[in-house]
Amino acid sequence: MKLRIETAGMEALMVRLFDTIDVSNMAWILAADQALRDAFGEALVDLLPSYTTLLLHYDCRTLSHLDAQARVQDALTGLSPADTQQGQHHEIPVWYDESVGPDLERVAKRAGISIAELIDQHCQDDYCVFALGFAPGYGFMGLVNDTIATPRLTTPRRHVAAGSVGIADRQTAIYPLPSPGGWNVLGRTAVPLFEHAKRGEPLLRPGDSVRFRSISRADFEAQGGDTTPMEERS
Amino acid sequence: MSQAGLVVKKAGPLALVQDAGRFGVGHLGVTQGGAADWIAFHWANWLLGNPLNSAALEIVMGGGLTLEAEDEVTLALAGADLAATLDGKPLAPNASFSLRSGQELAFKQPRQGLRAYLAFPGGLDAPEVLGSRSCTVREQLGGLQENGQPLMAGERLTWRGSSQPPRTLPENLTPLMPTSGCRLPIVLGSQVASFSGNSLYQAFNTPWQVDNRADRMGIRLTGPVLGGTLKGIVSEGIPLGAVQVPPDGQPIVLMNDRQTIGGYPRLGALTPTACATLAQCLPGTQVWLTPVSVSQAQAAYRRQFAHWISD
Repeated sequence: MKLRIETAGMEALMVRLFDTIDVSNMAWILAADQALRDAFGEALVDLLPSYTTLLLHYDCRTLSHLDAQARVQDALTGLSPADTQQGQHHEIPVWYDESVGPDLERVAKRAGISIAELIDQHCQDDYCVFALGFAPGYGFMGLVNDTIATPRLTTPRRHVAAGSVGIADRQTAIYPLPSPGGWNVLGRTAVPLFEHAKRGEPLLRPGDSVRFRSISRADFEAQGGDTTPMEERS
Repeated sequence: MSQAGLVVKKAGPLALVQDAGRFGVGHLGVTQGGAADWIAFHWANWLLGNPLNSAALEIVMGGGLTLEAEDEVTLALAGADLAATLDGKPLAPNASFSLRSGQELAFKQPRQGLRAYLAFPGGLDAPEVLGSRSCTVREQLGGLQENGQPLMAGERLTWRGSSQPPRTLPENLTPLMPTSGCRLPIVLGSQVASFSGNSLYQAFNTPWQVDNRADRMGIRLTGPVLGGTLKGIVSEGIPLGAVQVPPDGQPIVLMNDRQTIGGYPRLGALTPTACATLAQCLPGTQVWLTPVSVSQAQAAYRRQFAHWISD
């Protein structure tokens, strides 16, 4: 961990702790998140933790840039890593099927394995939630096994269905809402991520761990899943 | 509730309920939202004596939006001149006005600027979602139906207070709509050093053109191709006004409805005042990126708020 406090805008500081993505960053990012929330209190407008950084938006009508920088420095001096065991573990049921996971075949072929093996691979590891972003409740998770890591689509899809589970390079995520997107879609979950986020209580939080579990179409439907096939790439 | 309102006879291309924005929830992946020209938005509320953050209607382009009053009410309009009329008679922007029952308020097309703000007594009545009434279409949050849907024909607009004696905007403070060649102050960020010297020279010494690929999420600028040593970065939080440069070298200014984190290198971030200016620029407008210090930008920002709070 090496603290750098950078200017990101008129009322924004980029608090940089690391340079590369690593699961071990999370304990520090979570500790810094709490320390900065405590230190800024009412003067904090927003705090956005990510893989290696925290973007801090402060109220510049009550705090100068210099004071804000000093407050970050003070808050993070002598910081010790948070207890990442406190994160929750989630098991997310996924219906892996080519009708809702149009990239299953291509990703499997690229990895030189069968679709069944690809599903096993995607379900065999606990993934760390690194950050929320992109859309309400969207968790960036990883890292998937190198064998199934697949780059984003060259041309993003205009429409990815809500609940879609995808991978991009060594990351994996679930789309809480229908949106454009360039991730390789393998399946769909009925877990209502957006509804949780809308209540201000996201299901996935940074530092949590997630394991996917393959379920049948019947189970997916019983959970209220939408079986409408995904439109082909447009 | 049987309170009188305004009925939407015709919706126009895009009209959205907006307040100052959805703050304190960025870590959930929820975007900031809020009035894109926050200066005009605050003036509209100020004209009615409303709390500054009261929800108003952000009217983009106009395009035939027509509202009919069910009872007498005093409203205020600020920002773009969208050729507004009251029963066919022209209405001046940046002023309050009264409607009688049955009168029609219509917006035609932009004459100056792009977004007008219509303020209501005590603010528009709409459900609060995550601390804000702002409507974000992409996130299905906020607005009249709580689902991010823009204003639709047949809906009714109601408000939360009663008409107060309206104020008059001093002429020297009237917000001016940007003209071609306007300056957009930018606070430089830490990644600026990764751009080539030539790119930096061009970024700040050549005019940029506002592209038609522009919405509440981001506004593209076209001009010289910028480049540097960074191709992508580890995704990090995106502040309002961030000027990111994707691999094609054409900057995108990230606006109110931007994604919360992203991974393109950035020159810096436009000041909130510059974002308000850019939000009023029609495609084709020429703009200049002008670096300013944080302290200069903050001083200007505090002066702006002083106009609204001093009385």
